[in-house]
Amino acid sequence: MELVCPAGNVPSLKAAVDNGADAVYIGFRNETNARHFAGLNFNDKQIEQCLAYARSHGTKVYVAINTYPQPGNFKKWERAVDQAAEYGVDALILADIGVMDYAAGKWPKLRLHLSVQASATTHEAVRFYAEQFGVQRAVIPRVLSVKQVEALINDSPIPIEVFGFGSLCVMVEGRCYLSSYVTGQGPNTFGACSPASFVRWSETDSKLETRLNGVLIDQINKDENAGYPTICKGRFIVNGETGYAIEEPTSLNTLPILPELLRIGVSAIKIEGRQRSPAYVAKVTRVLRAAIDACMLDPENFIPDEDWLSQLTSVSEGVQTTLGAYQREWQ
Amino acid sequence: MSTSGKAMPARLSLGPIQYYWGKEKIIDFYRSVETAPVDIVYLGETVCSKRRSLRLKDWIEIAERLQSAGKEVVLSTLALLEANSELGHVRKLCANGAFPIEANDMSAVQMLAGKTKFIGGASLNIYNSRTLKKLVGMGMTRWVMPVELSQDVFMDFQQAMPAGIESEVFAWGRMPIAYSARCYTARAHKVPKDACGYCCIDYPDGLMLSTREDEDFLVINGIQTQSAKVHNLVHALGDSAAGADIFRLSPQSEHTPEVISLFDRVRNGALEADEATDELKALVSEGLCNGYWFNEAGMASCSVAGGQ
Repeated sequence: MELVCPAGNVPSLKAAVDNGADAVYIGFRNETNARHFAGLNFNDKQIEQCLAYARSHGTKVYVAINTYPQPGNFKKWERAVDQAAEYGVDALILADIGVMDYAAGKWPKLRLHLSVQASATTHEAVRFYAEQFGVQRAVIPRVLSVKQVEALINDSPIPIEVFGFGSLCVMVEGRCYLSSYVTGQGPNTFGACSPASFVRWSETDSKLETRLNGVLIDQINKDENAGYPTICKGRFIVNGETGYAIEEPTSLNTLPILPELLRIGVSAIKIEGRQRSPAYVAKVTRVLRAAIDACMLDPENFIPDEDWLSQLTSVSEGVQTTLGAYQREWQ
Repeated sequence: MSTSGKAMPARLSLGPIQYYWGKEKIIDFYRSVETAPVDIVYLGETVCSKRRSLRLKDWIEIAERLQSAGKEVVLSTLALLEANSELGHVRKLCANGAFPIEANDMSAVQMLAGKTKFIGGASLNIYNSRTLKKLVGMGMTRWVMPVELSQDVFMDFQQAMPAGIESEVFAWGRMPIAYSARCYTARAHKVPKDACGYCCIDYPDGLMLSTREDEDFLVINGIQTQSAKVHNLVHALGDSAAGADIFRLSPQSEHTPEVISLFDRVRNGALEADEATDELKALVSEGLCNGYWFNEAGMASCSVAGGQ
């Protein structure tokens, strides 16, 4: 089971490599990837530096080009594919059919992974990408129960990568327009959810209000933790009751079910968080490395270490974690 | 098709019912559609496989009646597939042999590609011409643009449109803007999806989610989240530059016949778009929006010739 770790900058990449990542995934400094945030991601010089560092430690580097180009800007995604291919990266992580068609045609030897943003949730969907573009691994959305992941793996023609830890998208990735509905910019077209330029924090006498393009996402008492105003983690009114109608601020954590993920044949575990700090990357990579090693050595008797769990919780949204859709009751 | 510049009025389609209605309500609804001025009717459950008011056999009966009434009928597939049983259902639908399929997920495309012609639904993520052409090569004959794309993007697509391919836009209704494993209607009832008790049948137009300032914001529809505001592109109907072949109207439990009639009168030149918009506004308490079409936030309402 491969450990795939996020890096949004050079120190994060080094932190991932130094703490035991098998592979690191990165993006270019533009909207061709789904973490298009100011000050994040890699320019040419940094990519070369990172590749050299990762290679010297035997760590693979994947490049995410996982947003959806439009007719007017398709060339930018072509350039991103060419650039990554010319660097000789270990794989591209792609979401768009047109981009995959381009990459498979121009760089037939380049390894392609299917991004979670492609929303493939069945073995038939995965088969489509494997047959059409020679995709060699698929990252699947955070919508399936463990049983459903197992069924998918059993019938999938290619290995499957799942999310193991990090901020939790509760909507099917690649089909969530909540952010673009409110701001005009969303993950598919702009590469960011709830862009910071639309976020406003304001204080009243007793409360802190968070707004996204004017829409009130939450009011927080001064003794509560204030989370980033992503729409799906806000508090709203439904049937007269105010609460987290979609999901609480929480992060996904699969340590408790690691032996099951191993047993059902998951090929790789992905950590979310290219937008997080090098300290986050170091901590989460270190914990997941230790956990995966312990689990693979003796899956029958694997119990997550209390210290690992508390370390992961400390960097989680809302300082709490969930198994998300892996667990039916969550759904 | 849309570049010919002929004065053929655009066609109107009726999208699938997005909510959970009982069998009688669905049957009555489609009886009324038989005489309504829509050209194309999309049928079937696209949101939640637990909703089983009708069996495939019942849908086919409705389809046959609509076809006899002169409608083109298309069967739509589920947008989010999770279980193998759902794949089995889509497989059956794809093999129906009589009616074309709107593929709303790549699983359906995989089942149809190279075998049966199909329509690419809005949730297939066709964001550029290269993607569109690839799918056309597999048998796609019509595509529905993702709701978050603009008129400018639509027109860019038309520049490179393969011959004979029809373009459809989501022109009226609450936009589907997210899908999840979790059922938010069940969550509002404090039960997990597996114990939902089919509670969404009590919300024939979904369940309103408001901000803490009591602003209507989103509509919960089981595992689907919709815009609270109603997307309205009636003004684009009279705009030949927009060039869509088909304008899709999404059903609500009330006023759908009036909406169809207003769009029909506008496309035939019997009513101005701004007058239609005034009448449409009166039918909708949550307000209208059209921001996506103008490269703005989806919830925005942009003023256009034809009014909003």
